[in-house]
Order: sequence, then C-alpha cells, then structure tokens
Amino acid sequence: MKINKKIGNVASIIHASIIFIFLYLPIIVVVAFSFNKSKINIVFTGFTFEWYGKILKNTRLIDALENTVIVAIVSTLLAVIIGTLAAVGMNKYRFKGKKVVDALLYIPVVIPEIIFGIALLALFSTAKLKLGLGSLIVAHTTFCIPFVVFTVRARLVGIDPHIEEAAMDLGAKRIRTFFEVLLPSIMPGVVSGALLSMTISMDDVIISFFTTGPQSTTLPIQIYSMVKSGISPDVNALSTIILIVTIVVVILSQSRMLRNIKKK
Amino acid sequence: MESMVEIRKVNKYYDDNHVVKDLDLTVGKGEFLTLLGPSGCGKTTTLRMIAGFENPCSGNIFVESANVDNKEPYERSVNTVFQSYALFPHKNIYDNIGFGLKMKKESKSEIKERVTEMLKMVQLEGFEKRMPNQLSGGQKQRVAIARALINRPKVLLLDEPLGALDLKLRKQMQIELKRLQRKLGITFIYVTHDQEEALTMSDRIAVMEHGVIEQLGTPSEIYEKPVSKFVADFIGESNVIHGTVTEILSDNLKLKTGKEEILAINNGHKPGENVFVSIRPEKIRFSNKPVDSFSLTAIVKEHVYMGSMNKCIVMIPSGRELKINRFSGEELPAVDSKIYLSWAPEDAVVMVTKPNDVNDQAEDIHLGVTT
Amino acid sequence: MKGRLNKKVPLYTTIFPVTFWLILLVAIPLIYVLVLSFLTRLPNGRVDFVFTMANYKKLINPDYFHIYGISLFVSAVTTAICIVLSYPFAWFIAQGSERKKTLMMLLVIIPFWTNSLIRLYGWKTILGNEGVLNKVLLTLHLINEPIQMLYSLPAVILGMVYTLLPFMILPIYASVEKLDKTLLEAANDLGAKSIQSFLQISLPLTSPGIFAGSIMVFIPTLGYFFVSDLLGGGNTMMVGNLIKNQFYTAQNWPLGAALSIVLIIMTLLLVRIYTLMGGKLDDLGVAK
Ligand SMILES: Nc1ncnc2c1ncn2[C@@H]1O[C@H](COP(=O)(O)OP(=O)(O)OP(=O)(O)O)[C@@H](O)[C@H]1O
Ligand SMILES: [Mg+2]
Repeated sequence: MKINKKIGNVASIIHASIIFIFLYLPIIVVVAFSFNKSKINIVFTGFTFEWYGKILKNTRLIDALENTVIVAIVSTLLAVIIGTLAAVGMNKYRFKGKKVVDALLYIPVVIPEIIFGIALLALFSTAKLKLGLGSLIVAHTTFCIPFVVFTVRARLVGIDPHIEEAAMDLGAKRIRTFFEVLLPSIMPGVVSGALLSMTISMDDVIISFFTTGPQSTTLPIQIYSMVKSGISPDVNALSTIILIVTIVVVILSQSRMLRNIKKK
Repeated sequence: MESMVEIRKVNKYYDDNHVVKDLDLTVGKGEFLTLLGPSGCGKTTTLRMIAGFENPCSGNIFVESANVDNKEPYERSVNTVFQSYALFPHKNIYDNIGFGLKMKKESKSEIKERVTEMLKMVQLEGFEKRMPNQLSGGQKQRVAIARALINRPKVLLLDEPLGALDLKLRKQMQIELKRLQRKLGITFIYVTHDQEEALTMSDRIAVMEHGVIEQLGTPSEIYEKPVSKFVADFIGESNVIHGTVTEILSDNLKLKTGKEEILAINNGHKPGENVFVSIRPEKIRFSNKPVDSFSLTAIVKEHVYMGSMNKCIVMIPSGRELKINRFSGEELPAVDSKIYLSWAPEDAVVMVTKPNDVNDQAEDIHLGVTT
Repeated sequence: MKGRLNKKVPLYTTIFPVTFWLILLVAIPLIYVLVLSFLTRLPNGRVDFVFTMANYKKLINPDYFHIYGISLFVSAVTTAICIVLSYPFAWFIAQGSERKKTLMMLLVIIPFWTNSLIRLYGWKTILGNEGVLNKVLLTLHLINEPIQMLYSLPAVILGMVYTLLPFMILPIYASVEKLDKTLLEAANDLGAKSIQSFLQISLPLTSPGIFAGSIMVFIPTLGYFFVSDLLGGGNTMMVGNLIKNQFYTAQNWPLGAALSIVLIIMTLLLVRIYTLMGGKLDDLGVAK
C-alpha cells in the first residue's frame, strides 16, 4: 500500500516535469537561438548579442510592435470602461433584455475566433470602414469586453451589496460612491480584467488577421507572415525581450499575492 | 410628543408581492421605536424606504414634517446601521468612521477631532489603523454605529444590528445601545425579530405581520394587552385558549372552552361570540382547593427546569395543556397531583378571532398550548 | 418624479454602452454573416444582394465533408490528449501547499502569455528535418536519416495540444481545487478503495472541469488556422483554413459565410450538449 503510494508520487512528479518541459521547450529554443551567431535557426554556431542590436534597425518589426502596444492599450482601456460599467449594472439591476446582453457577452468567448473575425471583416467592408488601427481597436475591444465583465463580476459577487447604500447614506452622491467605495473594492477584478485584455489583445492572431490593414500590422501578424519562410534571429531576440517583460509584469502583479500566501 | 418621522399610507410592492400595506406610523423625537415581526413581514423594506434606498409605490414619508419622497439617501438627515455592517473593506477604521464628514467636506482637523470622539464613545481607541477584516463582530458593530452617528443624524435606523452577535455580547450591546440613545437623544428606529430585545430596549414597539402593523404600544401594553392571537403568541410565552362567551358579569365575562368554564376580563364582547383568551404562564395560580367562581381542575404532567425560571405543564379536562411559570425557589405543584387553577380575570385578555386565526382553531384544540 | 427618474440614470449609464457595443459589433456582424451565406457571388468576387441557396448546395460535397471530418478528428484527438495530460497534472498541483500551487499555476500560465506564434515557431525549429530533435537523434545514432515530422497531422495535433493545453489545465485544476478533500476521507472511512473512491467521488465531482475544458479546447481547435498552416503546411486542411481561404484567396465570401454558419451550428450544438450535461457557461470564461 505504502509502496504503491510512493510509486504514484514519483510517477506524478515525472508526469508534471514532462508537462513543464513540453510547455517550455519551444520557448527555450527561441531564447537560445536569439543568441545564435548563425542567421539560420538550425545550427548553433556561436554566442552573440548582435540580434538584440538589430531589432531597432528592423523598422517593420518596430512598427508592428508599436501598433501592437497602441491597439492593446487603447482597446484595453475601452474594454475596461465599458466592461466594468456593464458588470456593475448587470450585478445591480434587473432589466428587460438582460438575458440578451448576457448571451451577447458569451458569444465572442464561445464561438471560434475565426467566425468572429470574418463577421467583423464583412461588417467593416460593407460599412466601407477602412481597415487599420481603428478597426483593430474596435475588434479587440469587442472580444476583450466579456473578459473584463467576467472578472469584475466574479469580484462583485464577494462584495457586500450594502456598501454603496452605506456610502450614499453617509452623504456621498452616486458618482462619488462609485469612485470612493465601489471602484476601490472591485479594483483587483478590474486590474486582472485589464491584464487579461492586454495579453489577449497582444497575442491575437486570428481576429487581427481579418481586421488589420496594410499599414497597421501587429506583431503577431508580422510574425505570421514571416514564420512560413523562416524567421530572422532578431525576431527571436524581440520575443525574448517580450518574454522577459511579461515575466517581470507577472511576477510584479503576483508578488503581493505570493507574499500574502507566505504570511499564512 | 413632537413627531420626527411620519409614515402615511405607504404601500410597497415587489412585482405582485404586496410587502408593505397602507402603513401608518408616527415616531416621536428622541423615541426608541422597534419594528418587531417574523421574517419577511416587511421590516427591512420599511426601514429602507425611510432611508431612501427604496421608493414607496404610494404614500408619503415625512422627516421633521418635511416630505422626503423626492430626496436621495444622501440628502436625508437619516443614517443607517446595516445588519451586515457594510463597512468599506478597503478603508481603515478611521476612514470608515470619518467617511460621512469627508463627504461633507469638513476640514481634516475637524474630522480628526470628531472621529477621535466617536472612537472614544464606542470604546475603540487605538483601532484607527486596523482594517475591517481585522475586527471581531462586536467591534465591527461599534464601528458601524460610530460611522452612522458621526454625521449627527436626526434619526438612526438600525436593521437587526445585533443579529450576528453571540448571546452574551448581544445582551451587553443592548445595554450599551440603549445608554447611547438616551445620552444622545437621537430617534432610533430599530428592527429586530427578537421579542426579548424589543421588550427590554424600546419605548414603543410596532408588531408587524404581512406588511401590517398589528399592534403599536409600549412594551408593557404589548405584553399585558395583546390585541390579537398573533401578538400574544409572538411576544413572550402565552397560553392561548379558544372559547365562546356565555355570560357577561359586569367587569368580567364567562367563557366556555370545551369542557370547562373560565373567567376573563370584559372589554365589550357579547354572548355567543367566538374569542381567544391569552393568559401568561406566570399569571396562572394554583391551589388544592376550588377557587370562587372558577371550576378549573388540572393534572400536573411535567416539570421543566430552566434556571432562573421553572415551568410546569398541566392538563385540563378537555385535554388541553397549559404552562405555568414560577421563579426558582417558588413552589410548583407535584407531578401527577390534581390541582385547581385560577387567575385574576384582568390577566386573561380576550381577543376577537380573525379570519386567518380560524385555521388555527382546530390545531389549537389539539395542542392546547402555544408559545 | 425626480427621485424615480434619477434612479434610472445609473442603469442606463452602466448598461447602455455595453448593449450598444455588443449589438453593433457582435449581433449585427453575425446576422450579416447569416445573410451573406444566402447571397450571390459575382464573377469579380463582389457580392450581389440576390437570394440563393447555391452556397449551401455547394457544401454537399465529399471534399468539404472530408475537411469537416478531419477537423472534428483533430479536435477530438487534441481534446482527448489534453484531458489525459491535464487531469493527473491538475491533481498533482492541487496537492501542494498554497504557495507551491500559485507558483506552479503561474508556471503554467507564463508560456501562454508569450506570443503563441513564436512558440509554434519554436516547435518548427525543433521538429524540422534539420531541426533540433532530428539532429539529436542522428548524433545519438538512433536514426540514420532525418524523420519527416513537420507538415503532418500529428504535428498539427501537437501544435493544437500545445496551444490549448492551459485551457484544459485551468478548469480541471479549478474543479480539483474546489473538491472537498474530506469527502475522500469519508469514502475511505466507509471502506472505499482508492480506485472506488476515485470513480465514485473524485471523478464525478471534477467532471465539470473536464467538460468545461473540453469545450474550451474542442471549439477553438476547429478554427485555429494558423496552427495547421504552420505545422501542417499545405497538407492539413481544416475548417479554419477553408473559411480563411474563401475570404482571402478564393474571394468567395458567400461560400465562406455558409461554411461559417455550419461551424456556428456545430459550436452551438456542442455548447448545448455541454449545458444539457449540467455545464455552466460561466465556467467557460474564467480561465482564458
Ligand atoms: N429587492 C426585493 N425584490 C423582491 N422582493 C423583495 C425584495 N426585498 C424584499 N423582498 C420581499 O419582501 C418581503 C419583505 O422583505 P423584508 O426584507 O422587508 O422582510 P423583513 O421583515 O426584513 O424580514 P427579515 O426578518 O427576514 O429580515 C419578503 O417577502 C421579501 O422576499
Ligand atoms: Mg430584514
């Protein structure tokens, strides 16, 4: 019985290690090749920082990075505003058509992204809207809104519904109540909704593929067009930088949580 | 008595659910008024309409004779202590208590002074920097009260403020709250479904059922002279007996209840009328000889010891069980002995039967005793 | 009355923006796709507003059946592999201390916060004929000549599993984490063997996580054209690629729209089955 348990433990540690290797192997390869002297991503010929310097000279890459960041920030902002308000309203009020709004929130999450992508493309082209940063932002905002609503709503569930009334009772008007009392209490939900939106937006391939214009290529789309023929090592370098930035952001945003856990 | 809050013919519906029905109530200045009633009878709803969180569907509410129907909660000089406390989780105790003054744009020094005063009043000095989740239930309760009182409201609404506390702390807070109310002279409208709490704290009690005030009066009026079976049942312990008036004897009247005849006080009933009689357990006398004009015998079934008070359950000829209470130390009749029961007619309160009491009659005859 | 009107204002300010946005950018585009699927394509690739069933008639075609078949197959296999990989893994993580759990879940999420195309490209570098894996195997003399691994169905499945694995791990982990461990103790106490207590208690109580994960893996797999593009080359055509081609290369939007409608119906059916089995829609949004 005891021995069985031990074997089980060892097996599950091995299993977990294999999964982590599986998850990180391609990332390790990308990072490794970002330091590779050779221009082709096949043989490792020597160590260099050359490609990191080359990033800045690759204007296509830098433009794409810029577009990605602009789209991510603007659409996250829009999604956070619209989504937070929606979560608050849907949590508080009963109104006609609530079920419809709810269903519309689930659709972008559930249906395959490609359908959403072609649907927006069809709409934009029929409406004679020029594809570019604007259409990208609109598209990204749309698929980010549900995630903000869901994370904020999850947070709202744990909040005493009377705190807003308490604030109004003590003399705070509605807007004041929102900013003084409600928003600070749901802030963790808003922040994680925002982080989620940022990452989804920055990583989106499919919907961007259909809604981007020639002048507004984002990084994933740029990479997509390069990937088939072979990626230049500076893309590996840029990816490594982005990876490090992501990890730092994740650690910063989670460190407080980790510290709290440690205290317990 | 000068009036502070007036509720005039207020109705409230939630969809088809008629929650508050034609409510009329006047609360005096400096009064401690309790809304008492079973769960779902509309107490919270009434309070929320006074605070301005809900609008009445019809009727009007006045505070200091001024109509407040169109006033937002933040425009009313009424403050609320919530049952869940509703402390702001992200603000420390100091900022929670000072919130009302901050909204009034008081100066920092003024806020500091008054928050300190409040903390002292609720005995929480030194807790300024704590967060709400670092407080015990009783401490949260005090913060909630201090926060509501700092704006010096004319009326304080308290919705079961002691509901979440354990019995001992609840008793202690009852005394503290009452003391506070006397000291500040603020009108308290207090909601509870604990009848003992209502009896000990209130100047007047409004007993509510199904959105209607069944009886409004001082604790002793409510306890001594319940106007309906519901009130008699709900407040304290009572023996409620169903009977028919047989004879009027000037101040008193004679009733037939199944196999026995009993005496009760007459307040304008006619022979043949179906009524309820309520006799408090501590008002029933017993002896081993028949008593003048009473012919009520009983067999002692059981003794129940309850500490400061002991109880004895007896059965009368019709099979009904009655309760008799005595302080410990006082004598109780021996089990299985045959005794004679009697009471002062004025202790037997007669109440008219209501349509919705009729269903209870059959049950009443079987059980005999109601608590 | 002033008071009553005032109380409607917060309702409108909170609900109006989202309603407006979602109707304009979710409802209308999807309805338009439905309309589009009944319209006629002109020879120059433009769309003519003339009703036709031709697009749907075209769908009755063995080639398309084949593509839908392959897609469903890839999705099913991907989902199955994800379940097998994630389930024991989620249990393993859930056994750890609070700190360990958070750290491990972070480790699961970090890769998925980096560009998915770059990671797929990493796989391409590993699996290519002159890639890392073949090099290693050749050096170890385990093989004599490179194995063709890329541009095959297994490579596509590997890419799908890789991209979507977190979507299976997260909901399963959430359900394992929620499981009241005292139930297992109670079962053991009542004499259940490990296998029995697993089949009687653990599995049924964590199956909502498996269902939610399956939906979150199965449906996207159908549409992830870039995975089949990169790792399948031209050899593996899936519904996603087919629809993309109609909108780009072939410029036949009405046909693409009809193909999309079929995909939507399949999706809705799957979600319906999921909710009929007791799944909650809310569980589908949390992990992403
Ligand atoms: N927001 C609401 N929407 C619909 N019905 C409600 C709402 N609030 C209260 N009710 C209903 O109104 C009735 C009275 O509720 P209320 O909260 O006033 O009772 P209460 O006397 O305070 O009860 P308790 O002692 O349980 O707190 C109940 O039947 C309740 O279900
Ligand atoms: Mg209540």
